[in-house]
Amino acid sequence: MISRDLVIIGGGPAGLAAAVAAYDAGLKDILLIERDYCLGGVLNQCIHAGFGLHTFKEELTGPEYAQRYIDMVLERGIEYKTDCMVISVSPEKIVQITNKDDGIFEVQAKAIILAMGCRERTRGSLNIPGTRPAGVFTAGTAQRLVNIEGYLPGKQVVCLGSGDIGLIMARRMTLEGAKVLCVAEVQEKSPGLKRNIIQCLDDFGIPLLLRHNVINIYGENHITGVDVAEINENFQPIPGTTVHYECDCLLLSTGLIPENELTMGLGAEMDPITKGPVVDEKFMTTVPGVFAAGNVQAVHGLADDVSVHAEIAGRAAAEYIGGGRQ
Amino acid sequence: MFDVVVVGAGVIGCAIARFLTQYEGRFCVIEKGDDVCCGTSKANSAIVHAGYDAAEGSLKAKYNVLGNAMMAELSEELDFPFQRIGSLVVGTDEKSMPVLEALYERGIKNGVSGMKIVCGDELRKLEPNVSENAVAALYASTAGIVCPFNLTIALAENAAENGAEFRLNTTVKGLEKSENGWIVKTDKGDIETKIVVNAAGVFADNLHNMVSAKKISITARKGEYYLLDKSQGKSVSHTIFQLPTNMGKGILITPTVHGNLLVGPTATDVESKENLSTTALGYEELNKKANLAVNKLNLKETITSFAGLRAHETQEDFIIGFCDDAEGFFDCAGIESPGLASSPAIGKDVAAQVAEKLGLDKKKNYKSTRKGIINPEQLSLEERKDLIKKNPSYGKIICRCESITEGEIIDAATRIIPARNLDAVKRRVRAGMGRCQGGFCSPRVMEILAETQGCKLSSITKKGPGSEIVLRKEAENDQ
Ligand SMILES: Cc1cc2nc3c(=O)[nH]c(=O)nc-3n(C[C@H](O)[C@@H](O)[C@H](O)COP(=O)(O)OP(=O)(O)OC[C@H]3O[C@@H](n4cnc5c(N)ncnc54)[C@H](O)[C@@H]3O)c2cc1C
Ligand SMILES: Cc1cc2nc3c(=O)[nH]c(=O)nc-3n(C[C@H](O)[C@H](O)[C@H](O)COP(=O)(O)OP(=O)(O)OC[C@H]3O[C@@H](n4cnc5c(N)ncnc54)[C@H](O)[C@@H]3O)c2cc1C
Repeated sequence: MISRDLVIIGGGPAGLAAAVAAYDAGLKDILLIERDYCLGGVLNQCIHAGFGLHTFKEELTGPEYAQRYIDMVLERGIEYKTDCMVISVSPEKIVQITNKDDGIFEVQAKAIILAMGCRERTRGSLNIPGTRPAGVFTAGTAQRLVNIEGYLPGKQVVCLGSGDIGLIMARRMTLEGAKVLCVAEVQEKSPGLKRNIIQCLDDFGIPLLLRHNVINIYGENHITGVDVAEINENFQPIPGTTVHYECDCLLLSTGLIPENELTMGLGAEMDPITKGPVVDEKFMTTVPGVFAAGNVQAVHGLADDVSVHAEIAGRAAAEYIGGGRQ
Repeated sequence: MFDVVVVGAGVIGCAIARFLTQYEGRFCVIEKGDDVCCGTSKANSAIVHAGYDAAEGSLKAKYNVLGNAMMAELSEELDFPFQRIGSLVVGTDEKSMPVLEALYERGIKNGVSGMKIVCGDELRKLEPNVSENAVAALYASTAGIVCPFNLTIALAENAAENGAEFRLNTTVKGLEKSENGWIVKTDKGDIETKIVVNAAGVFADNLHNMVSAKKISITARKGEYYLLDKSQGKSVSHTIFQLPTNMGKGILITPTVHGNLLVGPTATDVESKENLSTTALGYEELNKKANLAVNKLNLKETITSFAGLRAHETQEDFIIGFCDDAEGFFDCAGIESPGLASSPAIGKDVAAQVAEKLGLDKKKNYKSTRKGIINPEQLSLEERKDLIKKNPSYGKIICRCESITEGEIIDAATRIIPARNLDAVKRRVRAGMGRCQGGFCSPRVMEILAETQGCKLSSITKKGPGSEIVLRKEAENDQ
């Protein structure tokens, strides 16, 4: 079996920053694993600006921000493998990996940093009544289709949820020639950043409907429309407030959840609030020597914060191995 | 000229086709959908009932008990998931006992074995999570759960391997008597056949009424469900039915063969036979009833909800047989629950009746088995490594929630009845059926489908023509 001092799972900003920090703290025997064909994580599809204001004191796009960290990893000659999926992690710190070229193989690590990012809440978990047609996307999936694959998910769009990804996608769709009819938000206040509400909605005249929900979806094969209604404090629709929108696309931006498969498989204790693993101040989980950094630990609003936390985890992992605790 | 045209590629039409191909002859299945198994057979409780429910002497009782007895062997032959986990009908008030006893008696009359009335510690030992309010239950050891998609698809593939022709995206519009049988009028032209078998699900009355003066009437009775995450799949280990209470008809809670938990169905008559929408009222009913017979269901772990339509016929029983006033027209109508459980028995019997009528001989080189899509997760580590060596695409995971590899998806997309759309892939290999519901893998599955079909990504659909997923690609316009 191959062995490494540190295995990092996930090549997004968290994994990259953790790798750099661990290396700079003296740990050289590192392997970083990424399932996509390139490093960078979800930032590769975030082609808008607004990253790096804290970390680099300048405004970068997502791919630019990620590239800074990728360059740091390359400069240090840290070993990484793309197109590799981790399928399990054991408490004994054996990492099981699969890819096309090597098949399934295992790596014995002394420490592990989980950095698998997060996933989006879907329609299913929201219980929106109606049909189940094509044309309903989570905002992140739509973002990938538009920014990476180059496809447009629709031309008449309703957005549910005003998280930052939703706001940014409302603008993106508008710039791609679609008409965004409204953004409905069930809360009294948008969870999105103030600057995103101004720059993504207000500047384009897209109405933000607070305390509104999508209460029905129409269309057999492809979505043809939705009903949007005002809701009361119990989140129930208020009769007489329903407005029907004809649309060919519904985007959902209703929250992110840490990517928990591996973490739970490992047996780490979970935190009901963050929905990720319980961690100490150095981001170590309840499994000694296994750390969690970035969105897999708790959903972070800003990539810059992810980098800061991941660096702490990276240094802590180096310290853990250096200290010889196993 | 076909010997038999079966209209409808649900579990009933596919079972009939499969057993027909045991005989010499030319057989065709016509289906208006883009895939087999896209009607009621794709949205139901997936229970292989024991058979105590249906009235004594009814066709429902007969075929259910026979079908249940055939299911284990069929699942071996055709390689689809079936688990005999047993069921419990749970009563939660004083009035339950006589009702459970009546069910037991009926079961005995219907020929059901392995039943027992259990209560107290015995009940709790069987099912620790049963509600404190449970007073007694009817246990039926022969009840099971099946994968309704792979059952139907396996039947269809086996029929196709034995020479049956499947014409998808083809709608039967009319039926004309001809000298030797029927001319089936479809939107893709006329098809001639000696015998027509009507297996059109909720639309079976339309077809029947085209040829017969004795009209039948099918009402679509909608059932809505929650499907819960695999983290909840072990909440119960049997299928749990609730006896009716003062809150009305009960719902059931069951593990699925894939380890999720299914909660439902409701029952509401609807006007449109294509109305598969879920409703706020349905959710409300499920929320209210979910915990009547068991403790601590975490409905927050719902990953999707869906609805299916029961083909409810006014006579309350299956209608199976040659139509009196339309020579060569065979009905399988009103096949509501337990249609899935009954399907092997219906398929076998209908095929035999039709073959006898036509005087068909048994086929000599009939292939009774079919191999399903390889699931690497069920292989040993060594076998899995070998498989990847032979075919590296089994090393690449496409669907992260269900750990589905590229190899499985390519297999699904290139089989004898290929999966052509996202839902079709999902029914065969579960890519997109997990907790992220395809958010992650759908763009990747679309690419594989586009590649195997040699078409643009923008022609890939969710569930057939009209459900295209994306509009255009700049690069495509440039070319
Ligand atoms: C769709 C979306 C859009 C976002 N937009 C913004 C934004 O505009 N601005 C902002 O500040 N924040 C945004 N965020 C929030 C988030 O904080 C990101 O900024 C940041 O990328 C999180 O970093 P991360 O490394 O934790 O996760 P990710 O960037 O998601 O990286 C995780 C990596 O792990 C890999 N991985 C996962 N599981 C495995 C496995 N089993 N084996 C191998 N590799 C694996 C993934 O492929 C991925 O590359 C967004 C989040 C999402 C989901
Ligand atoms: C809520 C619910 C729960 C159920 N639970 C269970 C259960 O637990 N156990 C059980 O045994 N049974 C159960 N059933 C019943 C079972 O699902 C059905 O009996 C069975 O699926 C019926 O199969 P079918 O082939 O007759 O119909 P379908 O699967 O509907 O197939 C009919 C096909 O005919 C096609 N078609 C119709 N008209 C035309 C036309 N003009 N031209 C071409 N094609 C046409 C349709 O597109 C369709 O694909 C349940 C049903 C429902 C609704």
